[in-house]
Amino acid sequence: MSILSYLIPISLVLGGAGLLFFIYTVRTNQYDDPEGDARRILNGDYDDHPKR
Amino acid sequence: MSAMMGSAASACPACLAAPAAEDLAARALPKEARIALSVPGVHCGACISTLEQALAAHPGVHSARVNLTLKRALIEADPSISPEDLIPVAASVGYEAFELDAGTLSATTQDKAGRDLLMRLAVAGFASMNVMLLSVSVWSGAEGATRDMFHWISAAITLPTIAFSGQPFFVNALRAWRSKRLNMDVPIVMAIVLALATSLWETALSGHHAYFDATLTLTFFLLAGRYLDYRTRAIARSAAQELAALEVPRATRLEEGVERTLPVSELRVGDLVLVRPGGRMPVDGEIVQGTSEIDRSLLTGETRPIFAAPGVTVSAGEVNLTGPLVLRAAAVGQDTSLHRMADLVAIAESGRSRYTSLADAAAKLYAPGVHILAALAFVRWYIYAQDARIALNIAAAVLIITCPCALALAVPAVTTAASGRLFKRGLLIKDATALERLAQADTVVFDKTGTLTAGTPDVGPLDHLGTRDLTIARALADASAHPLSQALRTALDARGIAPATLDDLREVPGFGAEGMWQGRRVRLGRAQWVGASASASTAAWLAIGSEPALEITFTDRLRPGAAEAVAALKASGHDVIMMSGDSTGAVEALAQRLGIAQWMAEALPGDKAARITQLQSEGRRVLMVGDGLNDTAALASAHVSVSPASALDAARVASDIVLLGTDLAPLAEAIRVGRMATKRIKQNFRIATLYNIIAVPLAVAGLCSPLIAALAMSTSSITVSLNALRLK
Repeated sequence: MSILSYLIPISLVLGGAGLLFFIYTVRTNQYDDPEGDARRILNGDYDDHPKR
Repeated sequence: MSAMMGSAASACPACLAAPAAEDLAARALPKEARIALSVPGVHCGACISTLEQALAAHPGVHSARVNLTLKRALIEADPSISPEDLIPVAASVGYEAFELDAGTLSATTQDKAGRDLLMRLAVAGFASMNVMLLSVSVWSGAEGATRDMFHWISAAITLPTIAFSGQPFFVNALRAWRSKRLNMDVPIVMAIVLALATSLWETALSGHHAYFDATLTLTFFLLAGRYLDYRTRAIARSAAQELAALEVPRATRLEEGVERTLPVSELRVGDLVLVRPGGRMPVDGEIVQGTSEIDRSLLTGETRPIFAAPGVTVSAGEVNLTGPLVLRAAAVGQDTSLHRMADLVAIAESGRSRYTSLADAAAKLYAPGVHILAALAFVRWYIYAQDARIALNIAAAVLIITCPCALALAVPAVTTAASGRLFKRGLLIKDATALERLAQADTVVFDKTGTLTAGTPDVGPLDHLGTRDLTIARALADASAHPLSQALRTALDARGIAPATLDDLREVPGFGAEGMWQGRRVRLGRAQWVGASASASTAAWLAIGSEPALEITFTDRLRPGAAEAVAALKASGHDVIMMSGDSTGAVEALAQRLGIAQWMAEALPGDKAARITQLQSEGRRVLMVGDGLNDTAALASAHVSVSPASALDAARVASDIVLLGTDLAPLAEAIRVGRMATKRIKQNFRIATLYNIIAVPLAVAGLCSPLIAALAMSTSSITVSLNALRLK
């Protein structure tokens, strides 16, 4: 059962990391236009000259 | 939104050559103009590229970004660029665009509140996943010290999470408690608090059952419902409010012959106000100088322009068509007829607020029922087992099982799916209960001018005019910006008529246009002015020298989709009625064209509202479709109301649904979707009840374990959401 003392902190850290990443995506407005972003990825306009 | 604008500003606009862009960035630019357009027609990836490229290629535009979810384009441009410059650009690639007020757009805090909810939802989601992991090990047989440790870790995660994520419910429940009312949030908070308290107690006594996972999943599902609800309303609200107001915010005052522009609110009675052609009257008053024609269709529904000369009284909201006018203000601000009309709306609206939504009706039944059930379970077990701990455990289980998770998702999941679908067709649902009310409508009342008709006239038969007459008419029509002249010009263009050569071509404001043709005076304009007698229909008269004047008649042009909408509504069993302030002849002609049997002409604003109230007192549910100021009272007193985006601000505010495009056809679809949505909501309530019927007896009997609670809750919530998704 001593394995638990590793696994529990690891699961908490991983969960926390996921949460922090999610908070980052919210802060950078990545949910403002979900529909548009889904289409934009198929758009070839900036393939050769990436938009900065 | 703000950061999206920010990123667009920092990005190098792809349209500009790189050196030019650097050059621009190096010089500290004067303030940029931020323009927001509502573009209801965008729907695909290709639309985004086409529209962005077209807008970005317009000189002076720095960058353009289309938001497909909100159907909006945000443009950064030189300060000299105005929305009026960009609307034709969008039109040139096939997209209708409407101006949005960028000021209110950046000022709205809607995004902050939405982000706040999303954050709480995410924290609850992540915490519930972790706690569920620990709970699964307990359910699969963790014993003794291990189980206690898992429970304590769960508690350590759950308590701070609930403190953060549960705030919206705590705040609402407290507010309801203070005002001695019961809403959905009271049983929710009771369940959360009681579950946490018993779980902590159990954990401290190293008991078997703890409901930490159930508390968190509960919070998660409830927040998901809240967020969906919020998102639907936020999209609708922002778009509806930000369609730029048509009411004039500024006016031009003459101060000893000098023009000064100032806010309308600063005008006083007796001021001299200048109104240019195309402008809207900011005040009620009397014309003291200038002649012109005025269009009062938005106030009264009359399509025929009215002659205006010194001595004629005008009302705020009317449009000046041809020549500059100077008015002496007789009533300003709150006293104008425009505002008195708004008062009518307020009275009518207070009548409608009595509508109880399906969700409220359910909550009213539900909340007391749940509390009584939990209390009874507690009392029964306390008497039976003489143990407060067992009794409390069972009461908590009952509260958790019955907690309105699925109920909280039942309505918002459906309205989100339905309004998403209608938004794609160009309909904006402003009010949360509009779909339910739309589904109940059995009578549809249309306004004529600006709603069934496009507000621009079509030219009638021209066969009685020779080619010579037509070329002269074309030349005269070119001289004026009057709507009738413009319609005539378009019609003659379509026939390939070139203008004749005229000398001394000039527009006489309020009368028409005149010129000299081969030494003879030619005139196109009002009947009296060219020496003819006026007829009943909307008409312009052409006079060539001393020959008898020729009449050119005009008919209303139907709004696209109007005929389809009326036909579809009649086919689905609705009574269709037309009410208009216009003359009997014009209304009757249109009614025959559209096959509308019941109509009412020369109706005053009060008549329309009264007729609707009368219909409703006969037990009918009226859907009102209108755009004018004369319709606002009717819109507000109807059971549910729709206005087109081109409507006056007041009309849009008074209505529940705004049509973003010019097409009326989606109206029939809206009613169909509304009916379907109501059906789904009721179905969802039944599903949620079914789960309760199965799980509640188990809980009351004391057979409910945390595993059963978690299963019942998750399955009911997921079933309800999936059922809602079938609408898409």
